[in-house]
Amino acid sequence: MHDDLNWAIGGEAGDGIASTGKIFAQALSRAGRHVFTSKDFASRIRGGYTAYKVRTSVDRVQSVVDRLDVLIALTERTVDENLAELHEDSVIIFDGDRTEFSDFESPDDTVGLDVPLKALAEDAGGAIMRNIVALGAVCAVTEFPIENLDESLEKRFGAKGESIVENNKEAARLGYEYVEDEYADVDNPYSLETTDSDYVLLNGDEAIGMGAIAAGCRFYAGYPITPATDVMEYLTGRIEEFGGHVVQAEDELAAINLALGAARAGARAMTATSGPGIDLMAETFGLVATSETPLVITNVMRSGPSTGMPTKQEQGDLNMMLKGGHGEIPRFVLAPTSVAECFHKTVEAFNLAEKYQIPVYLTADLSLAVTERTYEPDEFDMDAVEIDRGKLVDEDDIATWQNEKDQFKPHAVTADGVSPRAIPGTEGGVHMSTGLEHDELGRRTEDTDVRVEQVDKRYRKVESAKEQEDFDYREFGDADADNLVISWGSNEGTIVEALGYLDDVDVRVLSVPYIFPRPDLTEDIQDASDVVVIEANATGQFADVVEHDVLERVKRINKYDGVDFKADELADDIKETLEA
Amino acid sequence: MSSENVRFTDFKSDKQPTWCPGCGDFGTMNGMMKALAETGNSPDDTFVVAGIGCSGKIGTYMRSYALHGVHGRALPVGTGVKLANPNLEVMVAGGDGDGYSIGVGHFIHAVRRNVDITYVVMDNRIYGLTKGQASPTSRPDFETSTTPEGPKQPPVNPLALAMSAGGSFIAQSFSSDAMRHTEIVKEAIEHDGFSLVNCFSPCVTFNDVDTYDYFRDSLVDLSEEDDYDPTNYDQAKDAILDADKEYMGVIYQNEDSVPYHEAHGVTENMAEIPDGAPDGATDLVREFY
Repeated sequence: MHDDLNWAIGGEAGDGIASTGKIFAQALSRAGRHVFTSKDFASRIRGGYTAYKVRTSVDRVQSVVDRLDVLIALTERTVDENLAELHEDSVIIFDGDRTEFSDFESPDDTVGLDVPLKALAEDAGGAIMRNIVALGAVCAVTEFPIENLDESLEKRFGAKGESIVENNKEAARLGYEYVEDEYADVDNPYSLETTDSDYVLLNGDEAIGMGAIAAGCRFYAGYPITPATDVMEYLTGRIEEFGGHVVQAEDELAAINLALGAARAGARAMTATSGPGIDLMAETFGLVATSETPLVITNVMRSGPSTGMPTKQEQGDLNMMLKGGHGEIPRFVLAPTSVAECFHKTVEAFNLAEKYQIPVYLTADLSLAVTERTYEPDEFDMDAVEIDRGKLVDEDDIATWQNEKDQFKPHAVTADGVSPRAIPGTEGGVHMSTGLEHDELGRRTEDTDVRVEQVDKRYRKVESAKEQEDFDYREFGDADADNLVISWGSNEGTIVEALGYLDDVDVRVLSVPYIFPRPDLTEDIQDASDVVVIEANATGQFADVVEHDVLERVKRINKYDGVDFKADELADDIKETLEA
Repeated sequence: MSSENVRFTDFKSDKQPTWCPGCGDFGTMNGMMKALAETGNSPDDTFVVAGIGCSGKIGTYMRSYALHGVHGRALPVGTGVKLANPNLEVMVAGGDGDGYSIGVGHFIHAVRRNVDITYVVMDNRIYGLTKGQASPTSRPDFETSTTPEGPKQPPVNPLALAMSAGGSFIAQSFSSDAMRHTEIVKEAIEHDGFSLVNCFSPCVTFNDVDTYDYFRDSLVDLSEEDDYDPTNYDQAKDAILDADKEYMGVIYQNEDSVPYHEAHGVTENMAEIPDGAPDGATDLVREFY
């Protein structure tokens, strides 16, 4: 039997799938088990198929796999959608009053447990708790101590009052007992072990939000958009505790301009959006960059172009972030490779933004942003957070940066390209900034020499950052292998798991979180016999960049069907691509 | 610089305006500078946001902290500045194209938010910087290079838009009436909440209809109407929707206005942050247990 359990609840959007899934994931985490969740959902509020999947193990799990062991099927379609992943030991829990099991075309030997979810929920106090009844049934099937579920229910429903919590606990128990009583003779191989480990369970959007607060971000403006909305929802109600504020803007144009205003006033500010919003922000992005305003713009990528597949995975916005906008202007692009890295890279993004007075794109993708993972809590060590505000000047040293007329020079031409920054309210620091090409004072100019001087100064910041920062990659696998696999963003965990399926092939994996400026991969690539760049897009946007850097062709693995890479499938792809 | 000693010329930069001689924007800007000085503000604590158009040049000619933004987005920038540091005096300037065409969505929402900023719209009923096309406030029969027979659509009524969005301070001024314009902007600055001053700033080059003479002859100054009470919503509504007359002065003021930063408890200068993660940040991690 497998060490890990793959569980899912599926039904129609509006069935409370996500919150039920989260409750179970939380219970597993509380029980000291690692959890990796994924969501398969429609963007409609009601009516589409949706599922929440949990992979859990005592050991760390970093990817989804093609196997479903226990499934709560609230609709027949749920079974159809997951048919390929069901196997002879799978257990399906369903409510015969809503769904006829005879209609399921499931593999032979799959066990179907008819549990009157709705009727038992009504016994416990209301039909609304039928999913909780199902979770109780799952505890029985998986021999998972139901007390762990109680803690999770307390956390989820505590704010609604004790009686709601107690009703839910009762609902879970009725489901548990029903399976114990009615299906005592049904043999299934699952037994979920618990440990004493304490884990935290969070998703990438939450990690970005927490990282922002840790970094001193006090102003957030955004417009709701899947899959970035979680960042705004996380910050709302929390950032205020730290003297901050969230503005729900009228559109993305307003969102980035609000954040720009706050940043001009000296606040650490952020906006978050997804592809369509990034497109809308492109004009102001140029202003942010040329006015040298520190700003963090989070792009939680989803499948494009246009409205695309809003609830599906893709890493298709790399070109837009690297090159988007008219004219030429430097910007940094960071792509955290795990949920924990979402936290760390967010802190770093704020520091880089202020240190180099530059907009920083922080990009996660759907599979990283909205799915929960477990971590040791000390991976989010607040005491280790360092703040670097760059070249802020105060009244005492303002004179150094004034001209003979006592005018402050916000775009002073310096050796490292970074100018002094005076925050409004600083005596003697009065200055303007503009999207027009400007001189050191921030005033419009079309002087050819000044133009060249300012363009060069802005690009010099990139060179300075390359010298001063450690834009490195994360390395996995066999350091001496001839085969090199390169990844950016969220694929890291899946690739690391895929290594386990690649027993007979040695692979060195470079996971790159810095897209620009980025580590120089020339030697790594030249030393390798075969190089494969893996990314969730159709054309290989990062592969293009790497080829351009190194002037050498690389092989590519691209997936753009909107579904996450799976470790076992990916291992086969890597093998085939290396052999091709 | 202590604010007691501030004169309006302190708000003037050493850049000479390139507006056409006779442009209404000169008077509009002078009144803004005087109003800022006379309400006790200093350039160090003032932030001016300008949009794009002839009006957008104002950030260059005034002396204060300033940002000259992209077309139509000055209000969100000003809102962000004010919320990040409510101690700053924030003034947003733009034209009728910037505010009522490309930026009209932001205008409605800025009014709704009631952030304590002053918005001066230099309304000349024409696109001047692009050399004479119809603006959203142009008359239906106003012939321009892009509307040879006139726009044939009603002009936007910015005052009515502001009122319908719950505006707490709605005023109209005339750049040529320096004293009244300055007084009105001063009242706007002193108002607790979002203040709209639609200032007629004639374009002497491209608009031969909405001229100095036209405004001088036709504007009715509400401060001279004995029975007019700007706190009276119904009176204000009638004035704003009056199809026959145009008015000058504070047309509507809600004395119970609660500015956004008070309603939302946003009072601190957000530029100030600790050297590490803020106190209590570890509680955020604990939440995820």
